[in-house]
Amino acid sequence: MLVVRVLGTIGILLVLSIIVFSMLHLAPGDIVKNLLGNRPSSPDAVAAIRAQYHLDQPLYMQYLIWLGNTLTGDFGQSIRLQDSVANVIGARLGITAALSGLSFLIALVVAIPLGVMSAVRSGSWIDRFATGFGIVGLSAPTFAVGLLLLYVFAFYVPIFPVYGAGDGGLDTLWHLVLPAITLALGLGAIILKLTRTAMLRELESDYVTFGRARGLPDRQVHLIALRNAAIPIVTGASLVLTFLVGGTVLAETTFALPGLGTLLQGSVLFKDIAVVQALTLLVAVTIATIALLADLAYIFLDPRIRAREGSQ
Amino acid sequence: MTHAHVEVAGLTIEGPAGVVVAPFDFAIGRGETLALIGESGSGKTLSAKAIAGLLPSGFSARGSIALTTATIELPATDAIWRATRGRRISLLLQDPFTSLSPVHRCGTQIAMTIDAASDRRLSRSECADLVTQRLAEVNLPSDVARAYPHELSGGMRQRVAIAAALATDPELLIADEPTTALDASNQGEILDLLRRLQQARGMAALLISHDLGMVRGRAEHVLVMRHGEIVERGDTSSVLTAPSHPYTRALIEADPSLTDRSAAVERAASDASMLNDLVVATHVTKSFGDKAVLHGVSVAVGRGETVGIVGESGSGKTTIARCIAGLERESSGEIVFDGVVLAPGRASRTPKQMQIVFQDPYSSLNPMISVGRSLKLALRVAGRPASDLNSLLRLVELPVEFAVKRPAELSGGQRQRVAIARALAVQPQLLICDESVSALDVSVQKQILDLLAKLRVDLGLSILFISHDLAVVRQLADRVYVLRNGEVVESGDCHDVLNAPTHPYTQTLVAASIHEAPTH
Repeated sequence: MLVVRVLGTIGILLVLSIIVFSMLHLAPGDIVKNLLGNRPSSPDAVAAIRAQYHLDQPLYMQYLIWLGNTLTGDFGQSIRLQDSVANVIGARLGITAALSGLSFLIALVVAIPLGVMSAVRSGSWIDRFATGFGIVGLSAPTFAVGLLLLYVFAFYVPIFPVYGAGDGGLDTLWHLVLPAITLALGLGAIILKLTRTAMLRELESDYVTFGRARGLPDRQVHLIALRNAAIPIVTGASLVLTFLVGGTVLAETTFALPGLGTLLQGSVLFKDIAVVQALTLLVAVTIATIALLADLAYIFLDPRIRAREGSQ
Repeated sequence: MTHAHVEVAGLTIEGPAGVVVAPFDFAIGRGETLALIGESGSGKTLSAKAIAGLLPSGFSARGSIALTTATIELPATDAIWRATRGRRISLLLQDPFTSLSPVHRCGTQIAMTIDAASDRRLSRSECADLVTQRLAEVNLPSDVARAYPHELSGGMRQRVAIAAALATDPELLIADEPTTALDASNQGEILDLLRRLQQARGMAALLISHDLGMVRGRAEHVLVMRHGEIVERGDTSSVLTAPSHPYTRALIEADPSLTDRSAAVERAASDASMLNDLVVATHVTKSFGDKAVLHGVSVAVGRGETVGIVGESGSGKTTIARCIAGLERESSGEIVFDGVVLAPGRASRTPKQMQIVFQDPYSSLNPMISVGRSLKLALRVAGRPASDLNSLLRLVELPVEFAVKRPAELSGGQRQRVAIARALAVQPQLLICDESVSALDVSVQKQILDLLAKLRVDLGLSILFISHDLAVVRQLADRVYVLRNGEVVESGDCHDVLNAPTHPYTQTLVAASIHEAPTH
């Protein structure tokens, strides 16, 4: 099972790298011009640059050269930043990981209890509040929320810093709070909806009625329902994690955070192919890993799936 | 305890559209069982839920429930119900497949109840001992505590549910159709177990059922409910032998375990020209993965003949029907229709050869389109004009005005008639009925069975009738096959097989079905 999954993932990565590679070439713009900037371009300089970055080779050769290097662990050079791709990504990975982790945590901690409460007291003011919150969270664009939060909590009430990643440690965490909340809003809205729907369905089920019928306390009945609802919630949560990937670009831009999102944005604009390729693959590997973890989580959460997997 | 019994007075239930259950009283003595009988929609389940304080939202109850330790005036607050449910009143639900949480071990679920009813915190080992004790009471070994519900059979699950419901030692146990979802051979055992536990504990029990025959010998008194009103009450034996209300008489007459084949079927059987076979399935085997479901099953249906296949769930009865219909591909074996060998799968079959009517008329009809459109679509498949719609509705004895209705507006029996009409629209030679009446109430069951009997005479239909219910098959079938674990253990003339079974398994099946039925 696992072998099939890994092979499938490798296949997807390969196809993805080809698509991204060709799309960057199709997009308008010229790397050489980007590199030379405002300096006067002599034909010699152009030729030298083209040779250095294999731009004089046919397209498929360029791809194969990149592929060969990647397979040997060399992700190439960032044309724009004049550094190895591994270094460039390594320097920014931490901030994005911390941002994603923090926003996911905030989303879970707020959305799951709120979803459970709004399902348990469906129709009450808390349910209406949660539903309203969900609609706002789902429909508000990330950059708008980010700007709003900046205005309120960094400008009018200056509790949080306006931009940047801070000096590491707690200071960085402090700097990440607003962008994390920005991201968590959309994420949390989806998880809230999922939790509410899953809980409502489980609360309707016979085993909940039977639990109440034999005198189990409400809290315990809700825990039983939540344990059953955990399966759809985990599926949903793992799916929306991918939402973070697009979201970080916007949040990092809004808050001027030097993370992978801003790196991706800059590299795409510059046609910095090596960086874009590496980042795309990194995202794809992350998503595949999340999906695999979610599948493993089912086996942990659902004894029926466990029995089926065990018998195979 | 002075007079340990339960007295319910003036129980009334109101729904969004007014009174659903009219005021009624009853009392249950210590160690006694009261049976509440009614068909679906009669209000019997709502009554059960009202007494357990679990009415769905939109419904409210009035009246009073007097227990030995407390009297509850309805409607009661949540706090009162919290103190009542479990410790004083426990409710056992119908379907053991859904009433236990699938992701919690059985022992945990029983332990939760013990914990909830206990005044102090119990240690792990104390709790484990109590769980073992409770399981032993329902004749289950202690290792069931570590099992998940899906690892147990339906009968075992219902035993676990009983252990969980009784773990609080309630004064009153309400059992809402506790055996309806179970196989015939399990039903008697579970009811007897409940009876024994209830008498041993001196507990009062309210047994809710749609099946009058089942309560004989298992309840002291009977209430018969219809459209939210009590139409008859009395001693179980006197109600069963001398019913005073016409509805009770109709219920007894409709009970398939009480009557043999109806007159219409008798006529049809004599008319049937069983000269040659329409379908012959020979040595059909089928495996799902490693699991063999059919081990060489041979079944034949003659022209104009009605053949029953009887077996419990997991016996392979549905699989053989689906193989014949081409909905499953048999692993080996041969299926011959009208002298032609059919390859596995649907591609080799035409709609005119055979049609299938499924168990659940609620899910087999598209809820979004009207009855008329559903049937017109079926007529178009057969190349018949849409104007045949009215005659098709008349064929299944539905008024022509039903064409504009949607499935949601119809009762279960009416929906099943529509499903039959849809199957008959293409004028098939063979009609396969897969548990087609199992989801229906007994009186509706009888109407559908009579309709099928009429149709086979009028249309010269061959019918392959799959059921777990011996009594139903007895009413309709000419010949019967008894399936067990994917093998035919007995076959032959329906009357002979069911009246004088030779295989031990058939004997237990027949014994189980008679056990629930009053003997006369």
